[in-house]
Amino acid sequence: MSALAQDTSIPSAKDLAPVPRERRRRWTYYSLPVYSGAFFLYLLIPITFMVVYSFNQSHSALPQVTSKWQGFTTQWYRQWNGVPGLGPAFILSIKLALFATVLSAILGTLLALALVRYRFRGKGVTEQVLFANIAAPEIVLGASLLGFFITLNLDRGFTTLLIAHVMFCVAYVTITVRARLSGFDPMLEQAAQDLGANPWVSFWKVTLPLIFPGILAGALLAFALSIDDFVTSNFVAGPSVTFPLWVYGAVKVGIPPQVFVLGTVIFSAGLVLAVTALVFQGRAKKARPEPEEG
Amino acid sequence: MEQHVPADLHGVEPPRRHRRLGRSASPYLLGAPAIVWLAVFFVIPLVTMLSLSIQTCDSITLACKLTWHFAEFPNIIGRYNDTFVRSLVYAGAATVAALVVAFPVTYWIAFRAKRKNFFLLMLLVPFFVSFVIRTTAWYTLLADQGTILSTLKNLHLVPESFHVLATPLAVIGGLAYNYLPFTALPLYVALERIDRRVMEASHDLYATRRVAFTHVVLPLAVPGIFAAFLLTFVPAAGDYVNAAILGGTNTVMIGQVIQNKFLEAADYPAASALSTVLLVLMLVGIAAYAKFLGSRTIEEYV
Repeated sequence: MSALAQDTSIPSAKDLAPVPRERRRRWTYYSLPVYSGAFFLYLLIPITFMVVYSFNQSHSALPQVTSKWQGFTTQWYRQWNGVPGLGPAFILSIKLALFATVLSAILGTLLALALVRYRFRGKGVTEQVLFANIAAPEIVLGASLLGFFITLNLDRGFTTLLIAHVMFCVAYVTITVRARLSGFDPMLEQAAQDLGANPWVSFWKVTLPLIFPGILAGALLAFALSIDDFVTSNFVAGPSVTFPLWVYGAVKVGIPPQVFVLGTVIFSAGLVLAVTALVFQGRAKKARPEPEEG
Repeated sequence: MEQHVPADLHGVEPPRRHRRLGRSASPYLLGAPAIVWLAVFFVIPLVTMLSLSIQTCDSITLACKLTWHFAEFPNIIGRYNDTFVRSLVYAGAATVAALVVAFPVTYWIAFRAKRKNFFLLMLLVPFFVSFVIRTTAWYTLLADQGTILSTLKNLHLVPESFHVLATPLAVIGGLAYNYLPFTALPLYVALERIDRRVMEASHDLYATRRVAFTHVVLPLAVPGIFAAFLLTFVPAAGDYVNAAILGGTNTVMIGQVIQNKFLEAADYPAASALSTVLLVLMLVGIAAYAKFLGSRTIEEYV
């Protein structure tokens, strides 16, 4: 440390050689944002295609998605339920995602509280299980769960789907909420208790409002994962058909434009929610000028 | 507030512990629902699958018995050797591509970008569209008569017979695209965590920008790169949606075989043995991470 302190008296590299560094900075100064912009455009290609082509006309008897533009129409939005089987599959997916989100948000938040607040036996193992759960190939999750259900002789359907969805959402919620919680000052809760609040009241009035953005973000992620899931659902669905399962079944035959309509609806809803959460979080940060943010 | 801190340090712990009744039990009570759920529906099924892979099943009644029949492994690996190698090569190529493509972007977000949360959200935007629909959109876009290829052919940039679908390129591209967020987020976490003062120190010690990058930024980003590799490579190796939609008969991946054996052929021991191989791959990866980079940090990258 003392050696470092001495070194500061020597003129730094900044003073000695300012010219070459300036020049290099200028080079990446433009190329990095341009490259990043191109990257984000690339990420958006299939999404833009889906949104734009949900408005594409089709004149054939059996309308299908092609990349040929035939004119603008909102026909498919008006007839969103016009394909047999697609509407019920979509509704099943929404229902499943709502249930899975609520359950995994509760379980995940409680586990995150336990992991951040306490040291307990089995904490390390729990954290490794969470990582393994996220890193595991979905096919292994689905296949092992199906094997398990077969061994138990459990009928596949909504229940098994819900079990599976909560199983793979919980780890994501836990990690999102934990990131939020670790920036949370426990002194605030103690202060509430010193002012006469019992632990229950201090949790509801102090902790929960502060970590709520984290829970919201975790729940949003869980909803996106659940409504999007194909691989695991394919194994444990049995006779039930969710929206992604229906789409997968239709790919090689031809996708009706309504699939893009429903995809666009889910996308817009997700985007609106996420942007709202972002704005909400930004406001909260401005109101509370702490540098703490995971 | 001021008075509380020293009080804490001087061991006035017992009364506080008394005040919070059942403190020692609370982490278990809080964690129990999620832990039990994960234990019953994640850990136990994995163990069941491991045991199923060494069982023998009656081909008619489908009743299985534990016979410690390890012969399934060499048997299955021998039979699907090519498919295994192909899956690993595709997943490896896709992971490297995703890492190379995502690194500059995450570097930019972590060090330069003004609205970090906005760009992180942009990285997650693909998640709002179903995996299957994204892949289907690529399938339609890359079709032989689709927008991209017909434009390129009209400009005579590619020969008339050129096609992308059903080639390894399509499958690798699809994998790289679909797993990009899983690659980018751990990279971002690692880069964001780098102490800016360390970089300033390297400049003060006459490091050029390039040397600072290769000797300071890259080594500090290694855990993130490794986590990104793990989170992309392992799921990509087991993926079957990309190969099924974008690929053809020459690009069959191991996931397709597992799915087929499990859902259509009802050959549970073989399917379990195949999935076990994937599972071992993941565990080896996690163990390697723990060995070289420390087990404490791994869960921070998800």
